[in-house]
Amino acid sequence: MIDLLGYAAFFTSSALIFALITLGLNLQWGQTGLFNVGIAGFVAIGAYTSAILTTPEAADRIGGFDWPILAGWVAAALITAAAAAFTGFATLRLKSDYLAITTFGVAVVVQLIALNAQSLTGGPFGVAFIPRPFAHLQDQPALFNFINLGVIAAVTIAVYLALEHLSRSPWGRVLKALREDERAAISLGKSARSYRIQAFAAGGAVMGLAGAVQAHFIGFIAPNGYLPTLTFQVWAMLMVGGSGSNKGAILGSIVVWAIWVGAGAFSAAVVPGDWQARAASLQIVAIGVMLCLILLWRPQGFFGPHGLFGKRRS
Amino acid sequence: MNLQFIVDGLISGSLIGLGAIGITLTYAILRFSNFAHGDFMAWGAYGTLSVVAAIGALVGTTTPIGALSFGWPLILAAIIGMALTACLALALDWLLFARLRDRGQSIIVVMASFGASMALRSLLEFIFTSSPNYFSRGIQMAIPMGFGVRITPDQMVMLATTVILVTAMHLFMSRSQTGREMRAYSQNPALARVVGIDTARVVRATWIIGAALACAAGIMVGILVQIRPLMGLDLLLPMFAAAILGGIGSVPGAVLGGLIIGLSEAAAVQLIGAEWRAAIAFAILMAVLLVRPMGLFGRAER
Repeated sequence: MIDLLGYAAFFTSSALIFALITLGLNLQWGQTGLFNVGIAGFVAIGAYTSAILTTPEAADRIGGFDWPILAGWVAAALITAAAAAFTGFATLRLKSDYLAITTFGVAVVVQLIALNAQSLTGGPFGVAFIPRPFAHLQDQPALFNFINLGVIAAVTIAVYLALEHLSRSPWGRVLKALREDERAAISLGKSARSYRIQAFAAGGAVMGLAGAVQAHFIGFIAPNGYLPTLTFQVWAMLMVGGSGSNKGAILGSIVVWAIWVGAGAFSAAVVPGDWQARAASLQIVAIGVMLCLILLWRPQGFFGPHGLFGKRRS
Repeated sequence: MNLQFIVDGLISGSLIGLGAIGITLTYAILRFSNFAHGDFMAWGAYGTLSVVAAIGALVGTTTPIGALSFGWPLILAAIIGMALTACLALALDWLLFARLRDRGQSIIVVMASFGASMALRSLLEFIFTSSPNYFSRGIQMAIPMGFGVRITPDQMVMLATTVILVTAMHLFMSRSQTGREMRAYSQNPALARVVGIDTARVVRATWIIGAALACAAGIMVGILVQIRPLMGLDLLLPMFAAAILGGIGSVPGAVLGGLIIGLSEAAAVQLIGAEWRAAIAFAILMAVLLVRPMGLFGRAER
């Protein structure tokens, strides 16, 4: 029973971390219409920033500054926001495709740095011994799991409330105006480019924070945790949830993560060993097809305000 | 510094350039950046590999042509592979892109291409596994060309094929009726429709040309390096960078952009190390976007 509860806590924690990333993407795509295909890169920037700052001193790489965890998280959000702001600065005066291509490039380069800048990132072996919150409780696994879940849930709720507040604030209304009628908003003296850069940076900050929270939840990071599959999962989560809705983003993350984990467990139990890798690729094919089908038939998603379970637009 | 990097750069640059032609045409005519273009390359290479295997099973082993690593089955298979890749692109357009394009939000089409790319790539991994395949396992002797430069017969033939394909593309775009229609449509779709240009035909031609050239580039990567499901993904960023550097819509620009990126990558391999190769395309992309976003031969975006 305790085992099952422990697993439930672990599952929910992982799903909520995805929910955080998806909330960041929702600010960028759902509320502002900015297409980011480099999510994995931005999450990795946050994870590595916090890991390098908070780990105890290590002989074989720069970093290990032994900062408090919270300071690492704040730094992760700030650094990722800066990277996102620069990406936006370079591309947001151009057509939206350029942003997509550039974010794709960001993910490639971050992956490259994670793999090759061994003295900073630990190379392919990554960074270990990332301090976990409430580590002194580690000898009581059940309690430890639940406290971790509590920390992650608290961060998710805080980010959710902040984003809800933001979307209702004057700032959020400008984003909405830019999305609905760009020319009218510009004629009222709002700089489309500047607001978009801000939104992209804020979304990036949330992704970076999510990356840091995940790094401290697992205690270990390596480059292969930030492959394009991650970007892809987060997109599926937002599209299932319904882009534009923060609630939808969270629900979509939990549902898609449950499907993903369930399919993984199913294929691990049913598929013979030498076919496991192939079954894993089929899992990605399924998500890709699902994404395309949603785009074709249900672009508003399932859990947003216009979804199956939401209120109808009055 | 060893001059060998010029040969290496020209070869990888021409592969990037061939792929970038499809990207630049898709962008100029269908108005979206196709993230699945790299996967056309990989599918083309695997399709050709399968046809070669089928021919091999029917005819038995064949002798390679001259000093090359491949014989006539590969040339025949390449033509079939190009046709198959074109069919794949047309099918994907019919199933997915055309429907979303009609709704008028180009960024949704980009997203669909991203989803399709992930599905196509993983499907290749499912069918062929992620371990690399080869058209031929033989090792070719490189011929010394002087100045410390060496080139294999395969590489020479690939360079010549690229020159032929690019010249043919240029003549097609500038001389043929379809090419002129494509250019007209890319400059002003509304006006092109008014003067009676068949939009569906232009769209079809764009997919066929882009996919066939992607397949050709994929086969060349397969002959010179290896065939992997991720080969297209790895070339996607250099291809985008080449298309933007050359100026969106410009075929010569895409090829020139590809050559510049190929040569810079090869130079970077010698100067800072092979592991940073993939960052070069990104650096060039950022520089172009910050300094001259319309690229070398492009028109300003409106």
